[in-house]
Amino acid sequence: MSDAVVETGRKGWLTAFSDTLWRKPRLLIFLLLAPPALWLGIIYLGSLFALLAQSFFSIDEFSGVIVYEFTLKTYRELFTPANFDIIIRTVVMAAAVTLASVAISFPIAYYAARYARGKWKAVFYLGVMLPLWSSYLVKVYSWKLILAKEGILNWLFEALHLTWLLDAYLAIPVIGGNSLSVSWTGTFLVFVYVWLPFMVLPIQAALERIPASMLEASGDLGATPAQSFRHVLLPLALPGVIAGSIFTFSLTLGDYIIPQIVGSSRRFIGQAVYAYQGTAGNIPLAAAFAVVPIVIMGVYLWIAKRKGAFDAL
Amino acid sequence: MHSDRAPTGLKIAAAAGLAFMHLPLLLIFIYAFTTEEKSYQWPPPGLTLKWFAVTWGRADVWEALSLSLRVAAISTAIALLLGTLCAAAVSRSKFFGRETISLMVILPIALPGIITGISLRSAFNLADIPFSFWTIVLGHATFCVVVVYNNAVARFRRISGSLVEASLDLGADSFQTFRYVILPNIATALLAGGMLAFALSFDEVIVTTFTAGQQQTLPIWMLEELVRPRQRPVTNVVAMVVVLVTFLPILGAYYLTRGTENVAGQGK
Repeated sequence: MSDAVVETGRKGWLTAFSDTLWRKPRLLIFLLLAPPALWLGIIYLGSLFALLAQSFFSIDEFSGVIVYEFTLKTYRELFTPANFDIIIRTVVMAAAVTLASVAISFPIAYYAARYARGKWKAVFYLGVMLPLWSSYLVKVYSWKLILAKEGILNWLFEALHLTWLLDAYLAIPVIGGNSLSVSWTGTFLVFVYVWLPFMVLPIQAALERIPASMLEASGDLGATPAQSFRHVLLPLALPGVIAGSIFTFSLTLGDYIIPQIVGSSRRFIGQAVYAYQGTAGNIPLAAAFAVVPIVIMGVYLWIAKRKGAFDAL
Repeated sequence: MHSDRAPTGLKIAAAAGLAFMHLPLLLIFIYAFTTEEKSYQWPPPGLTLKWFAVTWGRADVWEALSLSLRVAAISTAIALLLGTLCAAAVSRSKFFGRETISLMVILPIALPGIITGISLRSAFNLADIPFSFWTIVLGHATFCVVVVYNNAVARFRRISGSLVEASLDLGADSFQTFRYVILPNIATALLAGGMLAFALSFDEVIVTTFTAGQQQTLPIWMLEELVRPRQRPVTNVVAMVVVLVTFLPILGAYYLTRGTENVAGQGK
C-alpha cells in the first residue's frame, strides 16, 4: 500500500510520457509497431522488391553482363520448353506431396483431436512436434540412409524376397529410375516425410474446434459414419487442410536441397533459382523464376483466405 | 454410434503415421554407433563408440556449432523484441493496416525460404555489404519474428484489458504496468516462442546458404557432408547430437505452454 502511494508520487518526464501514451493510444501503437515494421519493411520487403525489380532486367547473351533496362524478355524465357517443364514438374510434385500429406495426416490428426486423452494427448502432441522441429537436414539425411543401395529399404525388400517388386516399380518411366535414391519417388517420399508435421497440426486444430455433438447429431439424423465424415467432418476440417497445404505447397515449391540430394538430375524451381543466381550469374532469370512461386502462393493464399483457412493456423 | 472407442482402422492408420514420422529419426541414432565407414550399410556390421571421440576432437564441428549457437542467440533476442512489440500492437486494437502487418510478419515463412535468401543476397550485393556474422543474423531474425509473434499474440489476446486498467487505476504508470502486470502474464509465451525461434534459427539452412560468406553454421556443415560425403561416421554422430539438442527446447516449450490449449468445440 505504502509502495503504491510512493509510486504514485513519481514525477518526471517518464511519468508524463507514460500518461501521454495512455491518453494517445495511437501514439503507443505507432511506437510499438515502428521497430518491427521498419525491420521487416526495409530488410525483408526492401530486398524482396529489389529482387523482383531485377526480374525486369535482362542479361546480355554474349557478355553475360546484366542490362539495366526494362524488358519482359526474361519472363519470356520462363516459357521456353525447358524452363516451363521445370515449373510444371515442381507444381505437380507440390500437389502430389500435398495430397499424400493430407492422406497420412488426417488419421493422426483425427485420432489426436477426437480420441486421445490425457497422457495420449501429450504423446500425440509431442509425436508431431518433435519431428516438426527436428533438423531439416537430419531428416533429409535419414532418408539418404534409408534409400541408399546398401540401406535398410533394399535390405527389407531382399529379406522379404520382394526385390522383383521393387525392380518392377523402378522400371516404370518418370517415377522410377536406377534406384530409389535417384528417382522422383525418392524425392516425393522425402518431401512428404519432411513436411508432414506441418499438415498434421492445422488439421488437428480445425478438428478440435468441431464439437462432438455435431457428429452425434448427424448420426442421430440417420447418417452413416461415411456420410457424417463426407458431409459434416470434412467441410468443417477443410480450413485446416487448406492451412496445412499452404505449408506443404509453399515449402515444396521453393526447396532446392531435397531434390539435389535425393532425386534425378531433372531440376525443380528451387534448383533453377539457385543455379541461375550462383554459377550462371543470371540474376534476372533467377528473379523471374522466384516470381513463379510468389505468384502461385499469392493465388493460393487468396483462395485460402476466402475459405477461412487463416483461423486454423 | 460415436462412442469414445476409436475404430481399429483409425488406430492403425494413426499409429502407422506416427511410426512413419519417427522411425527415420530412430535410424539416425543407430547409425551413430555403426562401425562401417565407407557406406550406409544396413544392418550395421558392428557397434562402436569410437566416432563420438573422433567427433569430439574435430575443430571444424566445434566452430560450426559455436557459430550456429551465437547466431541463434542473437537472432532470437532480436525476434523476441520485434515479435513482442508487433504482437502487443496488433492484439491491442484494431487499426488501419493491421491485416497488412500480420501478413508482413507471416510472409517470410509463407514464401519459400529460397526467395528470402536470394532477395537478401542480391540486396547485400547491391548495397555492397560484405557477408559476415551479421548478414546471417539479419536473415535469421527476419523469419524468427513470426514464431515469437504467434506465441505472444495468442497470449496477449487472453490478457483481460481490465487487468491493465486496474493497474493504472491503482496508480502504476504504463511502464510499471508492463513490468509488473503484462510481463508476468506473457513471460511463458515469450519463453516458448523464444525457444522455438532458437530452434528455427539453429536449424536453418536454405536462407543461410545465401547470407553466409565463408562461415559455416552447423547446418551448412551438414549440407556439405550431404552433398559430398567425406566423413560419414562423424556426420552420423553430429546428426544424432543435433536431434537431441533440438528436442530439448521443444520439450521445454511444451511444458511452458501446457494447459493453455482449448477443449474440443470451445475454441475461438
